[in-house]
Amino acid sequence: MRPASPVSVVIAAAAALTAVTGCTEKSNAKDGDHVVHVTATDDKCEVSKKEFPAGHVELAVENKGSKVTEVYVLFPDDRVVTERENIGPGTKQRVTAEVKAGEYQIACKPGMKGKGIRQAVKATGGKAVKRDPRLDEAVAAYRAYTQEQADGTLPKAETFARAVKDGDLDAAKKAYAPSRIGWERTEPVAESFGDIDPKVDVREDGLEAGQDPAKDWTGWHRLEKALWQDKKIGDREKELADRLITDLKDWQERVGKADITPTSMANGAKELLDEVATGKVTGEEERYSHTDLVDFKANVEGAQKSYELLKPVAQENDKALTTELDKQFATLNTLLDKYRPDTTSYDFTSYDKVGKADRKELSDAVNALAEPLSKLAAAVAK
Amino acid sequence: MTDNDTPSHSPSRRALLGWGGAGLALGAAAAGGAVAMARTDDEPAPDTGTAIAFHGPHQAGIATPVQDRLHFAAFDVTTDDRAEFVQLLKDWTEAARRMTAGRPVGEGGFGGLPEAPPDDTGEALDLKPSRLTLTIGFGPSLFEKFGLAEQRPAALVDLPKFAGDNLDKNRSGGDLCVQACADDPQVAVHAVRNLARIGFGKVVIRWSQLGFGKTSSTTPEAQTPRNLMGFKDGTRNIAGTETDRLKKFVWVDDTDDPAWMRGGSYLVARRIRMHIETWDRTSLQEQEDIFGRDKGEGAPVGKAKERDEPFLKAMKPDAHVRLAHPDANHGATILRRGYSFTDGTDGLGRLDAGLFFLAYQRDVRKGFIPIQRNLATDALNEYIQHVGSALFAIPPGVRDKDDWWGRTLFSKEA
Repeated sequence: MRPASPVSVVIAAAAALTAVTGCTEKSNAKDGDHVVHVTATDDKCEVSKKEFPAGHVELAVENKGSKVTEVYVLFPDDRVVTERENIGPGTKQRVTAEVKAGEYQIACKPGMKGKGIRQAVKATGGKAVKRDPRLDEAVAAYRAYTQEQADGTLPKAETFARAVKDGDLDAAKKAYAPSRIGWERTEPVAESFGDIDPKVDVREDGLEAGQDPAKDWTGWHRLEKALWQDKKIGDREKELADRLITDLKDWQERVGKADITPTSMANGAKELLDEVATGKVTGEEERYSHTDLVDFKANVEGAQKSYELLKPVAQENDKALTTELDKQFATLNTLLDKYRPDTTSYDFTSYDKVGKADRKELSDAVNALAEPLSKLAAAVAK
Repeated sequence: MTDNDTPSHSPSRRALLGWGGAGLALGAAAAGGAVAMARTDDEPAPDTGTAIAFHGPHQAGIATPVQDRLHFAAFDVTTDDRAEFVQLLKDWTEAARRMTAGRPVGEGGFGGLPEAPPDDTGEALDLKPSRLTLTIGFGPSLFEKFGLAEQRPAALVDLPKFAGDNLDKNRSGGDLCVQACADDPQVAVHAVRNLARIGFGKVVIRWSQLGFGKTSSTTPEAQTPRNLMGFKDGTRNIAGTETDRLKKFVWVDDTDDPAWMRGGSYLVARRIRMHIETWDRTSLQEQEDIFGRDKGEGAPVGKAKERDEPFLKAMKPDAHVRLAHPDANHGATILRRGYSFTDGTDGLGRLDAGLFFLAYQRDVRKGFIPIQRNLATDALNEYIQHVGSALFAIPPGVRDKDDWWGRTLFSKEA
């Protein structure tokens, strides 16, 4: 065991997640302290009690509304404890979970969309998991951001896929880089679903031993090679364009349930800079299209988003750090702007036109930002 | 031999880490009154575990007995904030003070917050101080920044172009340099890596060079090490014990200007590529003629022993020793501290190897420049090429725990 440390709160929160069981129905449960009756309608989400003992808890849900609904138990940062989807009008469902002491929210989502109608509840007894509410807000806002990015990516990816399927080489090339921006901004979260990244963002050299590039290589970079290097679109490419959309939809559906903590946000920001340092500055990521600077910018934007959300807390704990980060983000963004004539557009200079000295300058600016960024997690975990 | 093998003389970095205050006390004791003595004392068989005193009137790493390994780094300054740069010099000084004493930087290499990367990168934990020295220098281009133009020493000239120079600007110049020498290469690399890390956002590495074998000795009784051509060169180097010659040729004197440089020196660094393969096909006679020494003993032409005084006129007119000798250069003398390097191969199947030449002197206009000019006709030039070049003003030593690198330059500035 790790000795008690100032970060035990975060660790406990992460541990709580693993203790939670998935949503299961239990027909033999009896009403008692641990049962919460949830009455869902089209505009209400009524709960029979707002406090219950920590441990096994059971939601007895009844949908009295006219729409299909969903019921969630959420951590304060919107991480899902458990959920039940597709509860039809007039039906009853039971949802169970193991919860530690602490604050939660129960959400009903009539029509199965939006943030839902919320009720604050509390599991009592034992030692409560408490975190700075500002950090919970930061995580919730970041979770919403990752969803927005996925939602915004799909139409752009569909434009790209359509151009490929139309066999329109120029239109496909044009739509390629924009279709990646949302993904690149939130890459660490996207990568946390281990199975999606290898399908959509793998490079040929990233295939595993035994994988056949002809059969097993899918996703953006496979199409990138076809468009820029082979300069032709065949049946296989058209099929892969559809595959890309299917896989990105999978990401869109799952991204909201990612395990996000303040620490993982901070480290995710650092990882985005690592991505830049190892893949973009070298020109390896977009070796055929040379659109590396678009990814570069998106990575920096995603890192900055995490940082800005965590900044109120980080600033209190380490003012010198946030001052430095503000400065280095600004420096890097100013430098990147040199490579696009219009700062409202994502039309960046093709990376094969960026000389060695300029690449070093970009690399130096990345290092200057990434080094202090590696200290952000400690500043929010204090 | 000495009895320096006892653990108290050779604390590992890890042991020091655990000692806390005791480790500090040891560092302080080593850095006490005996500093200057310790540095210039002859150390016939240096115990690689020994720590070299960081504090003193001159920076360590110049007259210090030459260590086995080198990592040399040139930096460019990216911040335009003078206060931030001065703070970096202070932070670097503190880190250097710790590392030369065999201690990790900051809060150490492990045991801190699990969410944060450790302050020290860790690869030198458990290793001995390994006689690590860290020596800082300021390049001419630094004086174009922070309003330092008036402080630029007259001796810090822009080096002229010499015959045969084929300089790569990516291996030349720099606002700052750090010379890290140690008997263990990992200790030297660790030092440069950690200073670079502390410097992110304020300075960037411009170029760096590893050296694996010393080619000079500053201990008179030690054998002159051979360079990659297989020869002993620089026999009459200035020894760390030769106080008079150090004063005359190496240290900026109390009568020299600018005042902030007094106790300092000037460093010329040259990356000299050797055409190893063609050299190896050269006959022994020609090799010996080119150097003006015999290959086995290293004795000058017509003499029996390496250290016999050479008779220059017995050598061919273009022999290396004849042209480089002080007698051929109106007495110009420099302290050489170079290292052999091999940076793999060059893509044409040839070793990218040579000499990373480092020379310290009181005034480069009376040292390296006239000597190098005189070497324009050196027969050796057929087998070598200067591909990198830099010149640095080496400020005086850090006197005590409150002092810092560059204080004399930055705190006296108006």
